[in-house]
Amino acid sequence: MPTYTKKKKKVIKKSVAEQADIVPKSGEESWLYSDIVKEHFFTPKNLIMDASKIKEYDGLGMIGSPACGDMMKVWVWVDKKNDKIKKMQWQTFGCASAIGATSMLSVMVAENGGMPIEQALKIRPQDITSRLGGLPTRKIHCSVLGDKALRSAINNYFLRSKQKDRIVEEQARMIDKIAQVTDHDIEEAVLEGAISLEAVQKKTKAGVGNPEVIPEIEQLIKFYREKYFG
Amino acid sequence: MTKHIYLDHAATTPTDPRVVKAMAPYWTKNFGNPSSLYYIGQRAKNTLDNSRIAVAKIFNSQPEEVIFTGGGTESINLAIKGAVIASRLTPAHLITSNFEHHAVLNAVQALKNQGHEVSLIPVDADGFIIQDKLWSEIQDNTVLISIMMANNEVGTIEPIQEIGAHLEKLNKERKAKNLPHIFFHTDACQAAGALELNVEKLHVDLLSINGSKIYGPKGVGALYIRRGTALKALVDGGGQEKNLRSGTENIPGIVGLATALNIAEQNREKENKRLISLRDWTIKKLLTTIPKTLLNGHPTQRLPNNINISILDIEGEAMLLYLDEIGIQASTGSACTAQDLEPSHVIRALGRPYEAAHGSLRLTLGHSTQKEDLVFLSKKLPGIVKYLRQVSPINVDMNTLHSSIKKYPREIIKL
Repeated sequence: MPTYTKKKKKVIKKSVAEQADIVPKSGEESWLYSDIVKEHFFTPKNLIMDASKIKEYDGLGMIGSPACGDMMKVWVWVDKKNDKIKKMQWQTFGCASAIGATSMLSVMVAENGGMPIEQALKIRPQDITSRLGGLPTRKIHCSVLGDKALRSAINNYFLRSKQKDRIVEEQARMIDKIAQVTDHDIEEAVLEGAISLEAVQKKTKAGVGNPEVIPEIEQLIKFYREKYFG
Repeated sequence: MTKHIYLDHAATTPTDPRVVKAMAPYWTKNFGNPSSLYYIGQRAKNTLDNSRIAVAKIFNSQPEEVIFTGGGTESINLAIKGAVIASRLTPAHLITSNFEHHAVLNAVQALKNQGHEVSLIPVDADGFIIQDKLWSEIQDNTVLISIMMANNEVGTIEPIQEIGAHLEKLNKERKAKNLPHIFFHTDACQAAGALELNVEKLHVDLLSINGSKIYGPKGVGALYIRRGTALKALVDGGGQEKNLRSGTENIPGIVGLATALNIAEQNREKENKRLISLRDWTIKKLLTTIPKTLLNGHPTQRLPNNINISILDIEGEAMLLYLDEIGIQASTGSACTAQDLEPSHVIRALGRPYEAAHGSLRLTLGHSTQKEDLVFLSKKLPGIVKYLRQVSPINVDMNTLHSSIKKYPREIIKL
């Protein structure tokens, strides 16, 4: 008669707190950011380490300041025949969100044979954050400069290539020259529900590191609040 | 194996196993409510009394002058709001510095919103309260001065004893003129464990501490209240803690706090000596091996465990994440870790511009810190800084920076 031994099932005893999902499971890595942000932060794509090595480029844009906590410099190369962005390289002073967002933007504009310039001009911060798998709410503000830096580089390309008619004039009025925030940006922020100075700053960085423009920002918030929410 | 080097002891400390052991009987076995008349209740009351005596001994006060609270923030709120409300003056006037912890600044803001008057005193480039300004701000309706004993970010140790002694003289003159007494509070949360908390020497009326910064448990604090200092309770209920902090006493926490404070006091001088030597070695090493760095806070009049340097052209959070990857846990004054997008008000109060606050790195040493940890850090950090500087398009000119520090306005917070 064949004998067999019954295999004992190994029981891993969980603590009560583990059962109630109060404590993180052992071995679970916790990071403030998504894996995509982490990847772009630790291994940035299209980063230029030594800017002096760039001899030729089609457009250069820069935005932000060390005072406001984020600063980006963006170089673009254009496929002139097809009016597409060929390549974007960059340098960023900022936190993981800012570095991750610029890196992701540089991938977005160059993928699939390059992004048509008209489309690149329309990239919004939300497009970048969604590709990053989201950002923690309080870090959204760190990513809002990337698209502006790109537009500034494209405008620079228009200028250098004598296509002045294509330069997208920021029609709105500049409120904060350092963070490049216009009255239009503030209007948008208010429309999205930012009805206090703090909330508007979170979205736009207006007046951060540039406190003298705050009274004007507060005036605008009041104006748009009354306009839209009575 | 990745190293695990915790250099953020100013944020919180691990609870000392001896403290945990002392607390252990008070969860399930001796669980009584000190207000109950029967045996286990009275036993809990004895434990509470003994803990109070132990803490009072370290404060050099009477046990009746010590109450237990739910932490440092609560002690501070009770001291500041309690004293101002109890003054029954409207508006009452109070004075603090623009260098304080948010527990103080926001408590003061709340009083201001209720119509009271507040003066914020600036600090000098090392972080010392500008005393002339402090004395010139005193008004007839001033009822409270609150100055921290040591700063949590840059470690500067304030001359509490000197301020307290001077205030005592002033109060005598005010008494003759029939003006209200000015009470003196100090937030000693960061100083506890490193500095002597003798309230007689310090000439303070109110002193706040908490457990979690001295290898004790979180969620428990103490407040020293000099006899004759009127406070209005913020939590009403069953009248525990002299009617100033109602709610069944957190006996395990209180035992933990008293035990932790005792252990800290016993080892204080020896541990301070060890930490000062590690601190000074690290500061010197980092400032000499990394270009474009500034020490924040005073070189010697600082907490034994505090190192705070600004590393220009890079952003603090990015630096912290790279340090975290190699197992080093530290802290920054960069806006990117704050809720309100403004970088550290403390670094800026020193006159440092935004650029320096964004690139600030705070390392706070503790019991577990060994020389080899700091050697490891000082080997790795220059590489991380070099890399992040290459990523960054910024190149701040140090001469411009130094000259801007001199003339930078120090009144940085408006309430």
